Amino acid sequence: MTRQSVTRQSMTGASILWECLEREGVQHVFGYPGGAILPAYDALKGSKIHHILVRHEQGATHMADGYARASGQVGVAVATSGPGATNMVTGIATAMLDSSPIVCITGQVGSKLIGSDAFQETDITGVTLPITKHNYLVTHASEVARTIREAFYVARSGRPGPVLVDITKDAQQSTCEFDWEAAKPQLPGYRPDLSPDRKEYEQALELIHNSKRPVILAGHGIIISGAMNEVREFAERAGIPVALTLLGLGAFPASHPLNLGMMGMHGEAWVNHTIQEADLLLAFGMRFDDRVTGNLKTYASNAKKIHIEIDPAEINKNVKVDVPLVGDLREVLHELLPHVESIDRSEWLDSIDRLKGDAAVRDIQNLPDSGHLYAAHVINDLWRETRDGDTVVVTDVGQHQMWEAQYYKHEKPRSLITSGGLGTMGFALPAGIGAKVARPEADVWVVVGDGGFQMTLCELATIVQEKLKVNIAIINNGFLGMVRQWQEFFYERNYAATPLLNPDFAKLGEAYGIRSMTVTERSQVVPSVQSARQHDGPVLINFRVEQEDTVYPMVAAGASLHEMIRRPSKIVETAADE
Amino acid sequence: MLNTYVVYVENKPGVLTRVASLFRRRAFNIDSLTVGRTEKPEVSRMTITVDADQDQARRIEANLYKLVNVLLVENITNQPAIVRDLAMIKVAATHEARSHVLELASVFRARVVDVAPESLTIEITGAEDKIDGLLEVLRPYGVLEMVRTGIVAMRRGKSSSTVSTATTTDQDVAEEDVSHSV
Ligand SMILES: Cc1cc2nc3c(=O)[nH]c(=O)nc-3n(C[C@H](O)[C@H](O)[C@H](O)COP(=O)(O)OP(=O)(O)OC[C@H]3O[C@@H](n4cnc5c(N)ncnc54)[C@H](O)[C@@H]3O)c2cc1C
Ligand SMILES: Cc1ncc(C[n+]2csc(CCOP(=O)(O)OP(=O)(O)O)c2C)c(N)n1
Ligand SMILES: [Mg+2]
Repeated sequence: MTRQSVTRQSMTGASILWECLEREGVQHVFGYPGGAILPAYDALKGSKIHHILVRHEQGATHMADGYARASGQVGVAVATSGPGATNMVTGIATAMLDSSPIVCITGQVGSKLIGSDAFQETDITGVTLPITKHNYLVTHASEVARTIREAFYVARSGRPGPVLVDITKDAQQSTCEFDWEAAKPQLPGYRPDLSPDRKEYEQALELIHNSKRPVILAGHGIIISGAMNEVREFAERAGIPVALTLLGLGAFPASHPLNLGMMGMHGEAWVNHTIQEADLLLAFGMRFDDRVTGNLKTYASNAKKIHIEIDPAEINKNVKVDVPLVGDLREVLHELLPHVESIDRSEWLDSIDRLKGDAAVRDIQNLPDSGHLYAAHVINDLWRETRDGDTVVVTDVGQHQMWEAQYYKHEKPRSLITSGGLGTMGFALPAGIGAKVARPEADVWVVVGDGGFQMTLCELATIVQEKLKVNIAIINNGFLGMVRQWQEFFYERNYAATPLLNPDFAKLGEAYGIRSMTVTERSQVVPSVQSARQHDGPVLINFRVEQEDTVYPMVAAGASLHEMIRRPSKIVETAADE
Repeated sequence: MLNTYVVYVENKPGVLTRVASLFRRRAFNIDSLTVGRTEKPEVSRMTITVDADQDQARRIEANLYKLVNVLLVENITNQPAIVRDLAMIKVAATHEARSHVLELASVFRARVVDVAPESLTIEITGAEDKIDGLLEVLRPYGVLEMVRTGIVAMRRGKSSSTVSTATTTDQDVAEEDVSHSV
């Protein structure tokens, strides 16, 4: 059947749904069936879309999210009404805070029953109102096509985000004329395409040219906008060093001479010092999260600020800026680039190098030599083994996440996927599945804590059922490590509710039919990674690491960015230490 | 400082909840919110007053624009505008007091809309402080019941707010003469 012939014909709402998803370019959806979404599942057989059966609807949303972050395409999750829909809440909130484009489709009870507390009725548009970019309740088959088109458009344009479409059972079952052309989005109030005016560009250029100690703060917006080349050209031409946010990692090559590394709470000391000493911050697609700024009162207080940001509501939200440039980063940089003069800033760069040199002695060699395996070793070796390939690392939340950020050097965008804004434990495994589905050629490594792994480990079954080659590295420290670290620093080592009694993860993996191993010594790390890469099915490696290791440096909540808790060192106390 | 916004929204179910929820979510306190029809059936108009400093006021505007169903936002706080509130006030008015109450009502150009043996109901329209003034002088007689609509506002003169409800799609994004820079 050609596209032309289906342009106008009578179809059920359920069939229209799949037809529209196909036309939006969807090839995979992650879902879980139930009564209110059954008509849609019944109509799935006529569609080219591949449905991946998850084990929990939270997993479906994280998979859609991982799919979106790995590919830049909208990810799709499907669930039934009531509990199916409410299970999606965490995944939706996660996508919202990290500006990830997903569309969630939920079944709803029949439109006549709405408001009657019918079986499995939940007001999911009400529940998700503050955690979606937009949401819809569809009660007629005739509204399905336009709503789906609008949902995809809203999810991926401007500042991306999650959109939920709740479709009543009768809207799925009843029939109507389907006309794709006539179902164009009607969004008169939605204006994702803003751009700065001349004067703002001129002010920005003036600040840039007058600055002696500028720093680029590179954020997730660079990756979303696809502005990697522009940022690089900008940095090189103007001779400006680049610090990255957690979600910005990969937006600028880690090996580039102008790359500084990650900023913020667990950023490198020299990066935070550089920011505090700067006279100009150029924020590119980042939102000055509190984990990035530390105490706002003392944050880069001598610096002017230029903020290039697509969302006007982010301007002056946390940090007051001198020149806002509201628009798509790539477009804004295109305007700026021809006017950027190359300026010799070697003095500034040299002074940063001195800070860097000081801090480098605290690197990985500084770990106590106790014969134990450290998470830093695991990550560092994993990086060495996988750096040359097309590798995507998907991390969970906690200490292992920070070590990944510090020791895995990301060269390319979309090579790190992690939950930054919501910090959702349980994210990594399902998001890794989504990433693998989106990029089957890529080598996907899920790096996950022993705590977070147990939140969504049911998705191991999804990996097996879908025959996905996903590698899982459990950083098993027997603790809810990041919380333990806070207890160590701020609650007098009162380890309340943080020690974990874990199952044998390798046996667990075997039970699912996944090749699994346990690693306890550094010498085993590289061979285990190599053997995992050679095996053509999924692999689980249980890395038993030092239990009470700590992520350094750390800016305590509320402290100034330059006041960092540093790894105690026997070697030298350096000038960079506060 | 009290800021007054005129907000045009698509006339669709749930839009009022979206607007109200935004203020709750961002921890801004709505002082008053009114909503009603406009000259266009597909557009509703809200007048919202919020206590906010200049910075917050800008952020409120930017956040309102993030709602997909919001068509136009105007902060008319510092613009010449006609601002009206309507109140109905039921006052205890026994035989002796009745003529005093009637006199006060006429001083304030208020209308008596209901008369009962023990009470009078007065309707008054005007700026908020005028209504506050009437309330003040009626209080000694005993205010039995009172309701106010919250303000509605419109800019003075020829300048009028025009909203475009033209369709926006991937292909054609309507150019607006509204400044979004903040
Ligand atoms: C345990 C833990 C520790 C953490 N520690 C750190 C830390 O030490 N350092 C750190 O940096 N983070 C840390 N984080 C993450 C932190 O919470 C934030 O998630 C992160 O800093 C946000 O980065 P971002 O602003 O670049 O990305 P986002 O939050 O995704 O913001 C992206 C911004 O770019 C804008 N944008 C989107 N598209 C475009 C476009 N096309 N053009 C222009 N702009 C666009 C968006 O509107 C948004 O404002 C930590 C998180 C956890 C869980
Ligand atoms: C769903 C959820 N619950 C609680 C937390 C709070 N939290 C942040 S890190 C952390 C510990 C994570 O432990 P683990 O997964 O073992 O990783 P580790 O820090 O040990 O590397 C907790 C409980 C969270 N981020 N997400
Ligand atoms: Mg742990």
